[in-house]
Amino acid sequence: MTLRLTQAGLQHRDGSHALRGVDLSIEAGERVAIIGPSGAGKSSLLNLLGTARPPSSGRLEVLGRQPWQLSGRQRQKLRTHIGLIHQAPPLPPRQRVVTAVLAGKLGQWGLAKSLLNLLYPLDIPGARGQLAKLDLADKLFAQCQQLSGGQLQRVGIARVLYQAPELLLADEPVSAMDPVLADHTLSVLCRHAGEHGVTLVASLHTVELALAHFPRVIGLREGRIVFDRPAAEVDRGLLDALYANEQLLPPAPPHIGATAVQIPRC
Amino acid sequence: MLKTAERDPAALPRLLIALLAIVLLWPGVRLSELDLGVFLQSGSSEVGRFLAGFWPPARDAEFLQILLDATLQTLAIATAGMTLALLIALPASLIASRALSLSAAVRGGQPLWWAQLLRWPVRGLLIFLRSVPEIVWALLFVRAVGLGPTAGVLAIAITYSGMLGKVYAEIFESVDQRPAHALMQAGSGRLAAFLYGVLPNAAAEMLSYSVYRWECAIRASVVMGFVGAGGLGQQIDLSLRMFAGSEVASILLTFFVLVLLADLLSRLLRGRLG
Repeated sequence: MTLRLTQAGLQHRDGSHALRGVDLSIEAGERVAIIGPSGAGKSSLLNLLGTARPPSSGRLEVLGRQPWQLSGRQRQKLRTHIGLIHQAPPLPPRQRVVTAVLAGKLGQWGLAKSLLNLLYPLDIPGARGQLAKLDLADKLFAQCQQLSGGQLQRVGIARVLYQAPELLLADEPVSAMDPVLADHTLSVLCRHAGEHGVTLVASLHTVELALAHFPRVIGLREGRIVFDRPAAEVDRGLLDALYANEQLLPPAPPHIGATAVQIPRC
Repeated sequence: MLKTAERDPAALPRLLIALLAIVLLWPGVRLSELDLGVFLQSGSSEVGRFLAGFWPPARDAEFLQILLDATLQTLAIATAGMTLALLIALPASLIASRALSLSAAVRGGQPLWWAQLLRWPVRGLLIFLRSVPEIVWALLFVRAVGLGPTAGVLAIAITYSGMLGKVYAEIFESVDQRPAHALMQAGSGRLAAFLYGVLPNAAAEMLSYSVYRWECAIRASVVMGFVGAGGLGQQIDLSLRMFAGSEVASILLTFFVLVLLADLLSRLLRGRLG
């Protein structure tokens, strides 16, 4: 069992609930997509699973450990096995891509090696290899500020691939890419997960991509799990209910012929 | 009706405000005993002769040799003082700032209360270090270790470590914290997360402030020269006592060149990093 949430809730600092009573268990090596409308709590769920935030209620178990029962040092050790891909990867603008990718292994390196790597990149072939998978090898020595949003997302993915975690979490990893690139990038992630037996949990806002690449799909709405089933069983009705929005009613059909158009003359 | 409209309606209030300002400022000028007339009675007066001696600046070989030695000593005092100050300021700023807090990464930028409490002794130390002006430290050290540059170096090291530590800590907190938090969430240690997540964003500002402080240290070392801490200050004190205006002029020109060089250096370094 890689991930287990029991009645987990997450409360924001302002008191609003991001997640309520979530029960979830994910086996090692599973590939799971999380879909749902904006503000449903997809990022909160991934942050919870990635130990970025402690649950305000309920229990969290990651890779067989309860991260918030561990000491700080042990939790940092556990976290080296968890990789979180951010929607907008937080990379310093002036940092070079090679440094940003190699930073994935900081948790596994000692401080001396980290310092040395800052002076001279210690594993240029390793960084180039991960970037090449994502068709970005030519940007190895570019600064992060020179890249577009989609390219930055791929640098963030390359960093986590270089980290080689047992649990790979991705928060809208392809939101800034064109459809072809998004498809390619997701297949790279899925192939990596399959080859290395990595558990992959990704939130996506494109339902087609979720259904095409992930065997198991979870629908999240207002901080609760609405459905959790194989991709083949997700049908139109489920999706409509998931994304239904009471605020945005479909526009009423225009009333035809009631008022004659008056053209002002003068 | 038309006549009044042609006049600027704001003119009268402006005139009254100007008069009020003069009425309020004049007593200040009187109280400070400022008397510009001193400069007008030139020729016969002491001031006029002294000022006339400023031009041309002294440039005989012997004085230039003394000036060069004093300049190098001033630069050495400022640089050695800054280096010592950095040795104290860098670790202190890392402890005092929230940038390295593991708990802040989890709690939306706010560390646990006891972790926050631990930062206060270091903040207190930084406040103590910079609360006493360097000239006072210099006077104390001249008594303690005797006349000479050592007193100046120690005085700069103490005061400037307090200032640098405080400002570095604030720079660390003002830059984007998310890169460092993301690294800590991937299991990285605090110091590594700082080096890879905060430093790239903070480096340019830190460098610019440090060079500016180095410039200030040059000026401070000059001032401390007056109390016997060596360098250009001691030289200008001697020249003033001997009423050697031309020497004073040369030394003032040297100050100008030093500050100009510091400014150019800062610009160059910022350009390289920016």
